[in-house]
Amino acid sequence: MTVTLALTVGALFAFGTYLLLQRTLTRVVIGLGLMGHGANLLLLLAGGRAGDAPFVSDDGPPAAAADPLPQALALTAIVITFGVTAFLLALAYRSWQHTHDDDVEDDPEDRRIAALASEEHTPARQGES
Amino acid sequence: MPGRLVGDLVLTAPAPLRRSAALLALLGLHAVLAGAAPVLGRRLGPRVLLVCALAPAATVAWALARAGGVLDGRPVTEVRPWVGELGVELAFRLDGFSLLMVALVSGIGVPVFVYAWRYFAPRPDIGRFAGLLTAFAGAMLGVVLTDNLLVLYVCWELTSITSYLLIGFDDTKAPARAAALQALLITGAGGLAMLAGFVLLGQAAGTYTFSEILADPPTGTTVGIAAALVLAGAFTKSAQVPFHSWLPGAMAAPTPVSAYLHSATMVKAGVYLIARFAPALAPVVGWWRPVVVSVGVVTMLVGGLAALRQHDVKLLLAHGTVSQLGFLVALFGAGWEEATFAAAALLLAHGLFKATLFMTVGIVDHAAHTRDLRQLSGLHATLRPVAVVAVIATASMAGLPPFLGFVAKEAGLEALLHEGSSATLVLVGIVAGSALTVAYGARYVWGAFATKPGRAGAPMAATPVEPPGAAILAPAVVLTVATVLLGAVPALADPLVEGAATSLDPRVEGVHLALWHGITVALGLSVLAVTVGVALFVGRDRMARLQAALPRTSSGTEVYQATLTATLRLADRVTSVVQSGSLPRYLQVALVTLLVLPGTALLSGPGLPDDLAIAESPLQVVVAALVVGAALAAARSRRRFAAVLCLGGVGYGVAVLFVIQGAPDLALTQLLVETLAVVIFVLVLRHLPERFSETSRRLSRLSRAAVSAGVGTFVAAFALIAGAARQEPAVSGEHLARALPDGGGRNVVNVILVDFRGLDTMGEITVLAVAALGIASLVLSGRSERTAGLAAHDPDEPAPATEADGPVGAVSSAGGDRLG
Repeated sequence: MTVTLALTVGALFAFGTYLLLQRTLTRVVIGLGLMGHGANLLLLLAGGRAGDAPFVSDDGPPAAAADPLPQALALTAIVITFGVTAFLLALAYRSWQHTHDDDVEDDPEDRRIAALASEEHTPARQGES
Repeated sequence: MPGRLVGDLVLTAPAPLRRSAALLALLGLHAVLAGAAPVLGRRLGPRVLLVCALAPAATVAWALARAGGVLDGRPVTEVRPWVGELGVELAFRLDGFSLLMVALVSGIGVPVFVYAWRYFAPRPDIGRFAGLLTAFAGAMLGVVLTDNLLVLYVCWELTSITSYLLIGFDDTKAPARAAALQALLITGAGGLAMLAGFVLLGQAAGTYTFSEILADPPTGTTVGIAAALVLAGAFTKSAQVPFHSWLPGAMAAPTPVSAYLHSATMVKAGVYLIARFAPALAPVVGWWRPVVVSVGVVTMLVGGLAALRQHDVKLLLAHGTVSQLGFLVALFGAGWEEATFAAAALLLAHGLFKATLFMTVGIVDHAAHTRDLRQLSGLHATLRPVAVVAVIATASMAGLPPFLGFVAKEAGLEALLHEGSSATLVLVGIVAGSALTVAYGARYVWGAFATKPGRAGAPMAATPVEPPGAAILAPAVVLTVATVLLGAVPALADPLVEGAATSLDPRVEGVHLALWHGITVALGLSVLAVTVGVALFVGRDRMARLQAALPRTSSGTEVYQATLTATLRLADRVTSVVQSGSLPRYLQVALVTLLVLPGTALLSGPGLPDDLAIAESPLQVVVAALVVGAALAAARSRRRFAAVLCLGGVGYGVAVLFVIQGAPDLALTQLLVETLAVVIFVLVLRHLPERFSETSRRLSRLSRAAVSAGVGTFVAAFALIAGAARQEPAVSGEHLARALPDGGGRNVVNVILVDFRGLDTMGEITVLAVAALGIASLVLSGRSERTAGLAAHDPDEPAPATEADGPVGAVSSAGGDRLG
């Protein structure tokens, strides 16, 4: 295990999370991108220490080859992250077309429920006092 | 297995088990008829109730056939596996006490079904009613027959659910729905507590077989807690103070349901449980006897006093049931053998007279169209047979000779007298309760049937009545005949009662019912109770004034309402906090959960791995620093383009890290994808404002930063610790070895992707196809709106030409500024 890589992964997740918790959809997508990079590195890190590229020559595979399986998984993950990013960007574009804004608004249904709850409390509180 | 053979073949052998598949078949018959009734009801109308009566009738017939052996102490059992891993088996056991309960549940069930047949005018939902009533009877039968605590719980809750549907059967009436909900919530909450008690008890005893636990009860603190939880279930079900409020409300049900629910089912389930547990738990749980007996006595008094206040004769009887249930709980709960015997007799007597009384109330209600005793007058003449039946049943309830109620109450008083000074207080309470019973019994007979004084001294005019048919009175007559016969000749009831009591507590052996004990203290107490009761009735006006002057005791309904309101208000508050509608807040909650739960698990994990290194090379440290720096810049940037470029920088840096790690394939893919991603970002971002809108407050920024730092630390720690968790060698050794001979490729990663794990790649392609479809529809739907001219008049919308050729940043930022 390489401490440097682990710390890099942690930092990518931390900054990604920070952006994910924003309201601007573009920042959310960028945050997701950062976390995606972190996740791909994490996959690779799970394969252990660095090694030679896993190419087989006529003499057979290299003695100190890097683990090829996490590489294959990470490769799949890179492509899927790209697909998700592209889709989210299309969503942000659509949101801009509708509202000229790409902010994630509060769910109006949930807001109404929360407001309803506080409405019901007001008379009850008056009754108590 | 050998024991079972012996039991079957050698009837004189001591092994007292007989097996029978009929137990399960009878429950199955209830289920089948319950399911078929809605269909049959459409064709048969109310007659479907007679078809459904076959289920309890068959049960009674079978129980009669088996009664001899069972009463001699040879229970009939049946065990079918169900959920073996949890110790849940469909175990059924018919012993003496279960036989008494079956006599009540099914024996009173048949008259109730017949009564219901005449009670209801043809109505479209009669089939549903018949089905529910049959299911209710079957569930109750399951409660009293099963020998597995968890099956008992299932049947118990089935009675709660079916009674909920029956109480609220007139579902267009709001009071009926409210009463049904109240019954369900109170008995359901008690049922859950009881389940917890059962689990504790089962774990302490090492078995969930009821008879085994009772034969050898576990001891200790756990058992004390379990007993309290089980009692919570029994008290709620049997309407004991302070959980009694639901039972008077439940009289909103159609009268046949009330007659059944108040006499033989539902409320008797709690009594049944207390009766079973008392002989076993009263000696090992110190507080059991004082608590259960006081709750019973208090309930008897509270119910009796409340009954005296009622003007609705059905409600009067409902409060009377609360009172009688208190009596039963006090007698059974003590765990004294003679009291147990008396309680078994009272259980039978109460079932008979209470079902009869509710039936007469239903007939009066149908005939006179009112149940208000201030409006009923002269019915003793116009409904003479009904009045006779009601008087006999009331006399039995009040404990007057020569009826079964008298015999049972005498036995109870005798038993308490034999216990000596320890039972004195109980005795006083029960005599007082009996006096109240006499008073409200008289109030019922007088209220429903007497000719009342009207204005100016003249008698009140007789209430006009429609004469009821003979068939609706027949079931009540049958039950009354049983009350008279078993009272006059107690020897008829004696074997059943003695068998029941003996199976609860073997020490009962040798106690017998008798109509005449001679001139005894018990008889004196009975006379006292009747005298005081009659006095209370005669002085009813003074009594009413006294009760009105006394501070109103909480009826329990207020407590229920307050609890319900408080619970709903708490739910509202919790909802308004956790369901704020804010996506960031939802994510924060999810992430904090991640930190708390898996984070804790991580700390107790295997620790750090052995092959820990700072870095692979100095270059790696430099690139990693650049990546982290670019990520920090992306997070801090206020400008969209800058943030995207930083993200691209991170991507290229990660590609270099891939190379250092020995993954050139990944690096190549990463470079291509990152380039493509930046292009798409730019294509979209040119429409959006240049700067991010900044709306968040300082506090939320801080909490975001805290959660993010926590997640980063968690992932870094996970990356390091997970490496130490490997227990088997990696499978990729195989991949390396077989890539060329089996996969025909030198690039092992490629061979894995297209060959060894080809299905993964297939899934990946599917994801891309779905994403492409989604993107296409999002973008194209926007374009069609534009061509339709929706956006053409929008001054913020850049013209297509400008969009394609013009200075991108200027146009979009201009739009953004105007909006912002």
